[in-house]
Amino acid sequence: MKLSFTTLAAAILAASPVLADLVVPNMSYRTGPYAANGIPYADGFNDYFTLLNERDGGIGGVRVSVPECETAYNTEKGVECYEALRPQNPLVLNPLSTGITYQLIPRVAVDGITLYTPGYGRTSAKNGSVFEWVFNAPANYWDGASVAIKHILDQEGGDLSGKKIALVYHNSAYGKEPIRTLEELSQKHGFELSLLPVDAPGQEQKSQWLQIRRDQPDYVIMYAWGVMNQVAIQEAVNIRFPMDRFIGIWWSGSENDVRPAGAGADGYKALTFHGVGRDYPLYDDMQQYVFDAGKASGAGDQMGSVLYSRGVYAAVVIAEAIRTAQELAGTPNVNAAQVRDGFEALNITAERMAELGLPDFGQPISLSCENHGGDGLVRLQQWSAGDGQWSLITDFIEPDADILNPLIEADSAAFAQESGITPRCN
Amino acid sequence: MIYREAGDFKTSYRDDSQTFPIRLDRWGYYITLAVAFGIIPFVINDYWANAVLVPFLIYAIAALGLNILTGYAGQVSLGTGGFMAVGAYSVYKLMTAFPEVNIVIHILLAGGITAMVGVMFGLPSLRIKGFYLAVATLAAQFFLVWLFNKVPWFYNYSASGQINAPTRTVLGHAVTGPAATAPAKYLICLVFVFVLAWVARNLTRGTLGRKWMAIRDMDIAAEIIGVNPLGAKLSAFAVSSFFIGIAGALLFAVYLGAAEVGEAFGINKSFLVLFMIIIGGLGSIFGSFAGAAFLVLLPVLLKNLLVGGLGWPTDLAAHIELMIVGALIVLFLIVEPHGLARLWSLAKEKLRLWPFPH
Amino acid sequence: MDQLIFAAEVVLNGLMAGVMYALVALGFVLIFKASGVFNYAQGVMALFAALTLVGIQNGQVPFAHLINAAFGTSLHHFGWTVPSVLAILLTAGVMVLLAFLIEKLVLQHLVGQEPIILFMATIGLAYFLEGLGDVMWGADIKTLDVGLPQGISDTVEQVTANWFGYGFFIDRLDIWATVIAALLVAALVAFSQYTKQGRAMRAVADDHQAALSVGISLRFIWVMVWSIAGFVALVAGIMWGTKSGVQFSLSLIALKALPVLMLGGFTSIPGAIVGGLIIGVGEKLFEFAIGPMVGGATENWFAYVLALVFLVFRPQGLFGERIIERV
Repeated sequence: MKLSFTTLAAAILAASPVLADLVVPNMSYRTGPYAANGIPYADGFNDYFTLLNERDGGIGGVRVSVPECETAYNTEKGVECYEALRPQNPLVLNPLSTGITYQLIPRVAVDGITLYTPGYGRTSAKNGSVFEWVFNAPANYWDGASVAIKHILDQEGGDLSGKKIALVYHNSAYGKEPIRTLEELSQKHGFELSLLPVDAPGQEQKSQWLQIRRDQPDYVIMYAWGVMNQVAIQEAVNIRFPMDRFIGIWWSGSENDVRPAGAGADGYKALTFHGVGRDYPLYDDMQQYVFDAGKASGAGDQMGSVLYSRGVYAAVVIAEAIRTAQELAGTPNVNAAQVRDGFEALNITAERMAELGLPDFGQPISLSCENHGGDGLVRLQQWSAGDGQWSLITDFIEPDADILNPLIEADSAAFAQESGITPRCN
Repeated sequence: MIYREAGDFKTSYRDDSQTFPIRLDRWGYYITLAVAFGIIPFVINDYWANAVLVPFLIYAIAALGLNILTGYAGQVSLGTGGFMAVGAYSVYKLMTAFPEVNIVIHILLAGGITAMVGVMFGLPSLRIKGFYLAVATLAAQFFLVWLFNKVPWFYNYSASGQINAPTRTVLGHAVTGPAATAPAKYLICLVFVFVLAWVARNLTRGTLGRKWMAIRDMDIAAEIIGVNPLGAKLSAFAVSSFFIGIAGALLFAVYLGAAEVGEAFGINKSFLVLFMIIIGGLGSIFGSFAGAAFLVLLPVLLKNLLVGGLGWPTDLAAHIELMIVGALIVLFLIVEPHGLARLWSLAKEKLRLWPFPH
Repeated sequence: MDQLIFAAEVVLNGLMAGVMYALVALGFVLIFKASGVFNYAQGVMALFAALTLVGIQNGQVPFAHLINAAFGTSLHHFGWTVPSVLAILLTAGVMVLLAFLIEKLVLQHLVGQEPIILFMATIGLAYFLEGLGDVMWGADIKTLDVGLPQGISDTVEQVTANWFGYGFFIDRLDIWATVIAALLVAALVAFSQYTKQGRAMRAVADDHQAALSVGISLRFIWVMVWSIAGFVALVAGIMWGTKSGVQFSLSLIALKALPVLMLGGFTSIPGAIVGGLIIGVGEKLFEFAIGPMVGGATENWFAYVLALVFLVFRPQGLFGERIIERV
């Protein structure tokens, strides 16, 4: 036992990053209260880079090393990870935690490291003229809220006046994100919004769901995370809330969240910004080069699950940004500042996605100095309990820019003033 | 042999009652101070400051504060996280409202505000005792977290309720915000720790400390000999909360730079600080430091050993790290039930006699 | 009138939630009564029991991740599934084994120490068990299904709809939890009143030394009490795990039990039940009536404030032993 650990250690030490590697750390959480969500994401993130290394010899001929650091979704461990990773000259960080993201936003600007927070983090980071080092393409929380309402509009034939919509949210920074957007939208469309906060961890939600049963809102939108997801969906099933009128944000839409509720969860909808399932050519390569070769991350049983796909998608965008950076810089060994430029020049077209083996998996992403958040298109997926699968039910839907842009302007201006930043890009 | 008190004569009462009566201890103390103030600031790097020493120093302040309340005055508290939140939010409001005032003053004021809140939640201690008192402090914990999460004024109406520490300087060096250097962060925390530990030591051996200990050992008896339980208990709450408020303010402003109340100051924090003083040693200044060191440094050390040294998968390392910490706590208890402080003094006893134990 | 009916529904559901809290609190009370230990690890024990149950049910290989990492194998499942009843029995066996080990390795060495030290030992135990559970069975979320029904009870809905014109919502799982909790308490009471071991347990709770002097084996009693607490943790783990899946957060249900304990008294089984019911009803009613006015999510702190108000009038808890102070 001891011997094999030492040999294992020796093997891994021998394979530890050579200086010339591109370093893209994986700040994961495989323990703690959100481990169930963190594991598949981390696996997907690792596996894509393993695939690039095995199949293509890295990006532009330079291997990618992905040092993993366990944060347990804890801000203090996140700080430790950040400091531990920094001497390795990471190109991009993807902390997958609102708390750690907020904490790193001022620091990365000083230290010159790109922060990529797809689908989470600080929404107003979309405004690149204030948040120089932060990118949150392709979609953010406010896009999600806006698209959820658009979808409901669609369902209701374009009129929401007099309708009741309830927001069940994790009572934290993350859960509170959509409130302002929804309030604006409720004024615009004339629906009645009720807010139902649930304190973390969210194991006991009887009060909230009794309230929903009593008030009979027409739709429920949910921003939850961790155990709150499973309990909320279970309670919704319990009170026989019509599942197709229950829409979760993308962090409330993984297999883990619906499975414990069994057949009752059939028809539950969730927002998403990427495709689902393993029906993409990329996964054939993944099977061949990563899984069959025994190089899969973790237990190797997550391929194609929602959060795994999201991890892959994050890795795809980062890899493309590095590729763009290499083209711009004219050298394969890019540094963090060049990768930031690569992000700003990023242009992933639909054809490029198909080339990568992920046709129709994600939206085209084209970023610029001002726009760090992409177009924010979001689509919906629906759970089918019979097959145990998610399926996409809409095309990509555009968010309501008239509502969102002023909010983003206001929030980023507040940040700029607070931290004394002069907006760039003019 | 080497560590001994023979020949260490005292010629005045003042000398006799000093904190470190043994010359070697005194030297040790001076050397520690010299290293902490004179050497570490010049060699410290970002990792050591942000991941190891700054959190250790801040938790040491919190542990000192809780030890005054629980260890010296015998009042069990599980509201540490909530009181730290009061310190953090006070300092945030003060920093943003009065940017021209020095941050040190803000931090002290934050401690003062926390002291007032602490006294308020300490009032039930006059009637409720022992484990049951924990409920009053737990009420404080959950209520304060809820309040800071709910009332937008506390987080200046930001969209998500996160608070961010802007850059503030002391003597021209940034100590908060992203531009703060490792030595600056370390030194500001060290100065607070040094001053507060000195205050704690002198309070606890003076009249006030004796009153607290009398209340802890038996409050009715203490009352009979003339200790006013109202004054003693509430002063313990006030002083303790002052310390904890400063720890919270430093935790937010210097260490994290951004915080969200539920995540940074939740019930887990209360338990963590309580564990620190129990493991370190109740009613001991040294114990507060030892406990903070044990629970802050050991996980980092184990992580670096298991992941960095042996190359284990991070999740396995994290799980085994928990098992090792747990097993060590139990092991220490079996070897010496009264915490690390007692273990330390036993070790010193042994050293006095070494190498001739009989 | 409508408000009254809604309030009645909230009260009913609060009672049910209270039973779930009481289930967790029971484990604490049992150990506290018999050995004076405040067992901080009770919540983690519930998680560990539920993890073990699911692991056994699904035929997971224990320590698979560790073995795979060490030997480069890829073991995950034995490839069989175990029927629920058998799995529950096996898990109960594991909990007894755990109790035995805890006594042998920890408590035995701490006989006669102060309560705070035993409390500290359970902190260490909690850390250890949390790590052990993860290493043994993995940290991913697991679905727990032992055949307990879930969802709204149609009977209750129809009956109440006939009476009030509004069908009440009662979760069938909650009804089962109530029945099981009642059986559990009845069994515990019968055990402690009518069996030799039960009487011995009460004797130990009364006075360790007197019990020892009449020939009761303290070690046996401690193993027994910890086994029973482990079994109660298993039941709580099943109930809560059925609702939310088995994952780390299950260990946090201990937080729900704390105000119940404070209110009911650490030493009283009826106290745990009544305390649980009061907390359940109180926090649900408050959230229903006052919650919307102050922005909701009040349940966490209200439970403690409620307990606090009770304690100001009865400092030893509702059913706690009277505190007699002598100088």
